Amino acid sequence: MIKVSKGAVSIERDGKKLAADVGAPVQVADRVRTGADGAVGVTLRDNTLLSAGPNSLIVIDKFAYDSVTQDGKMSVGVRKGTLAVASGRIAKRTPESVDFHTPTSILGVRGTEFVIEVEGEGDE
Amino acid sequence: MNKALLFGMASLFLGACASERVVLLPSADGAPGAVVIRDKAGEIRLDQPYAAVKRTLDSNRVYQSSPQEVSERYGPTLAVLPQRPNAYILYFETGGNVLTAESTVALKALRTEIAERPASEVLVIGHTDRVGSVDGNDKLSLKRAELIRGVLIESGVDAGKLETIGRGERDPLVPTADEVDEPRNRRVEINVR
Repeated sequence: MIKVSKGAVSIERDGKKLAADVGAPVQVADRVRTGADGAVGVTLRDNTLLSAGPNSLIVIDKFAYDSVTQDGKMSVGVRKGTLAVASGRIAKRTPESVDFHTPTSILGVRGTEFVIEVEGEGDE
Repeated sequence: MNKALLFGMASLFLGACASERVVLLPSADGAPGAVVIRDKAGEIRLDQPYAAVKRTLDSNRVYQSSPQEVSERYGPTLAVLPQRPNAYILYFETGGNVLTAESTVALKALRTEIAERPASEVLVIGHTDRVGSVDGNDKLSLKRAELIRGVLIESGVDAGKLETIGRGERDPLVPTADEVDEPRNRRVEINVR
């Protein structure tokens, strides 16, 4: 769910552009886009915290989490811009089920916090 | 210079400009962490706070970043990282459904936090000790969680914010052998995010 939203932020879902206001849900396959003055903070159900800075395009490729067993998986792509991550329960329990990716690399996570930046013309 | 060569040079220039960077940050709880970056050239592991890698088309440069660089490059990004989730644990008086005095105080703080966090979501997790069967404990833990759910709704929390689950004996606060009576594991944990 979106917890912080500043400036131009939108969610692209099924070809539609939706407002990314605080409280809006974020779903699998959503593309979260920020403009030059935009920034957005998202908390996922496993307590993963994500934030994207200006001119970013982030894609939630996979997310599943069973809050009873705490099993799950996630895969998040940074097409351009910046993404900060504070990893959550899935990364703690089964780090091999979590990845972040850029146009040219895949990141594996061992329960931690980091920033990914993709500069250049990459978009779609 | 022919057009094809010119185009070739232009893409080379663009390729050289495009870059990616990863910076490992110190974790909020101080626990050690690491990020492993895999690309065509191989694998890079960052496992010290502020360890960083800058990747371009033809080179990977590992270096030590700093709080200054992180704040200059990523200040606007980190400024909107959502507030950290918080967890509360509530206990009942023995053999009943009345909260202990301490937990009654904690409940008040919990209600304030739910009200004040932007777009707050609440996960109510019931737990048991390892006395009894796994199935029975799943049911019992859900009952405990539902009891707290009722208390929260009664005290004015919007039911739409609440998810209620029973995690049974899977996630003990104090690990024990099977069939051990452990009061500290008979609890309800409330996670606010």
